[in-house]
Amino acid sequence: MTTKSKPTLAVWKFASCDGCQLSLLDCEDALLDVAGAITIANFPEASRAVAKGPYDLSLVEGSITTAHDAERIHKIRRQSKFLVTIGACATAGGIQALRNFADVAQYTSIVYAHPEYIETLGKSTPISDHIKVDFELRGCPINKLQLVEVISAFLNNRKPNIDSHSVCVECKLTGNPCVMVAHGTPCLGPVTHAGCGALCPSYNRGCFGCYGPKEHPNVESMSRQWLLMNVPPTDLVRAYRGFNAYAEPFRKESESHG
Amino acid sequence: MDKSRTIKVDYLARVEGEGALYVKVKGDQVVDCKLNIFEPPRFFEAFLRGRRYTEVPDITARICGICPIAYQMSSVRAMESALGVTVDGQLRELRRLIYCGEWIESHILHMFMLHAPDFLGYQDALQMAADFPEQVKLALKLKKLGNDLMTVLGGREIHPINMRVGGFYRAPDKAELLPFVEQLEWGRDATAEALRWVATLTFPELEHDYEFVSLSHPDEYPLFDGRLKSNKGLDIPIEDFDKHFEEEHVQHSTSLHCRVRERGYYMVGPLARYNNEYEKLPAVAREAARAIGLEPNCRNPFKSILVRGVETVFAFEEAIRIIRQYAKPARPFVPTEPRQSTGAGCSEAPRGICWHKYSMDNNGSITSARIVPPTSQNQGIIEDDLRRLIPGNLGLSDDDLTWRCEQAARNYDPCISCSCHFLRLNVERS
Repeated sequence: MTTKSKPTLAVWKFASCDGCQLSLLDCEDALLDVAGAITIANFPEASRAVAKGPYDLSLVEGSITTAHDAERIHKIRRQSKFLVTIGACATAGGIQALRNFADVAQYTSIVYAHPEYIETLGKSTPISDHIKVDFELRGCPINKLQLVEVISAFLNNRKPNIDSHSVCVECKLTGNPCVMVAHGTPCLGPVTHAGCGALCPSYNRGCFGCYGPKEHPNVESMSRQWLLMNVPPTDLVRAYRGFNAYAEPFRKESESHG
Repeated sequence: MDKSRTIKVDYLARVEGEGALYVKVKGDQVVDCKLNIFEPPRFFEAFLRGRRYTEVPDITARICGICPIAYQMSSVRAMESALGVTVDGQLRELRRLIYCGEWIESHILHMFMLHAPDFLGYQDALQMAADFPEQVKLALKLKKLGNDLMTVLGGREIHPINMRVGGFYRAPDKAELLPFVEQLEWGRDATAEALRWVATLTFPELEHDYEFVSLSHPDEYPLFDGRLKSNKGLDIPIEDFDKHFEEEHVQHSTSLHCRVRERGYYMVGPLARYNNEYEKLPAVAREAARAIGLEPNCRNPFKSILVRGVETVFAFEEAIRIIRQYAKPARPFVPTEPRQSTGAGCSEAPRGICWHKYSMDNNGSITSARIVPPTSQNQGIIEDDLRRLIPGNLGLSDDDLTWRCEQAARNYDPCISCSCHFLRLNVERS
């Protein structure tokens, strides 16, 4: 088999913590097999080698926060047969989207002595606000096993087999007692997309929404339940304003209590 | 004769985050040298204001996917210092244990996957794996052990969910940890053995009388406790960081440059800890160093790859010690009550000290946040190293000189996402 016959994979970074692309290197057991089945054409975190496009699959990490990046993502789309966004930054704007609720000029002046050196946009936005995205893999960070599934699916022209139910369902599958019912701990599990395996409730804490809103989440009901548990509205707003603050269902719900 | 050369690396690979290098050489003089960090700013210190103090470790973890524990640890230590809470006994041991997991994962990743390919002339570890399959497979296995340790204690290896102000949400049963001992013993010995191979690499010559800054604890190799000390006489409580260090915002970087006031740039990370705290390494780690001829004083930053290996042996040994003596604590955390207060926290990320300072009001709402990551502290030294390295290497072709400069930057395992901010190398020879 020649190198040319292998599908090509490219990994791209925008504003992010690098954790989601690190998930690929964290697939210790599968890494050499994955690398044997594909050509890694662009993955700066792991390699100096850069091969020119087009690419069969691009994985995009991070959100758009600069004018330069807003241009760069279009070039990547043009070179990519399939483009998948990985993680909360790329799918929802990330924690850095908290600026979207504030004045970015004021933020810059808090952090930097010379705000005039800093080029940044007023909003941190998900990749899908700028280009067509073929699949969004959620999570802060993503689940590495789901990442291998997504890569495998796209390179074999099939739909990724990724559950779209809630963390609440994962708890039931895991056999966790409900932390809201049993311990009175506020939890975002009912409105949060599955993927983590209900980690937090397994560690005696409420879900704090790393995987963002599930499809059609009943956030109004979620909020009502939290308020019945005497959670102050300010706490409710901050709960929605985490790593997926700018995902529409969480954004709207936080604004209705803010 | 070509009088002037420019070395440019537009996007430095095998580091975390976005940066570039730019070097301009005239004759045999380096006239300009910049580590250009263009990682877009994410403004953590701004949006932390108004968050509740208990949320901070979950948020600061997101500064860096490679060393989230470092950010969580420095955050929780700062909050506990502000609130006058002491977390000791088995909870402190568990914190050391999860930090050992992060050191193992991060050090092995950097040694074998990010840095070793430079010494051997490979673009990446996957290429290297074709000729050195045993070494790469071993590294993946060792790295996985570090990740497994983080997962059992933290829930997952990236952005663990179990760390909180005061301790943990859930403390593991001893039975969950005990099965690790045998694997960790294997990992410790396999790392020491692999170090003998790493020591056969060729290390470019570069030595300098650096100021090494690290945490120092009277009894133990530092992870998150102690005073800040240097080999040039600095000896301060971590709260006094601002009195002795300053941060400068330069145009070519979205990361602030740190220096010791009135003295200049300094180094943090494995080499600094090793030189300052060698005596506190356990015997097995000192023996691993001795076996490869690594002296207690090492001033060649290219040999940091060896020091990372010695520190990995330490991390395995420390993890084994902790698990053997572990007894599950009665409660997983010490309760805290907010009050108007300010506190600093500092911990040894795999790549060097990570310093945080927070203030909160009586409701526990954060009113100010300061975060000084390791890579912003090493930025100045990386530029200085390139200035010192290049004159002796001008005989190299542009491609090889560029690669050598990249290798020198990677000596520091720069984590640019952390420093807020990646690396491009431009070597310009005019």
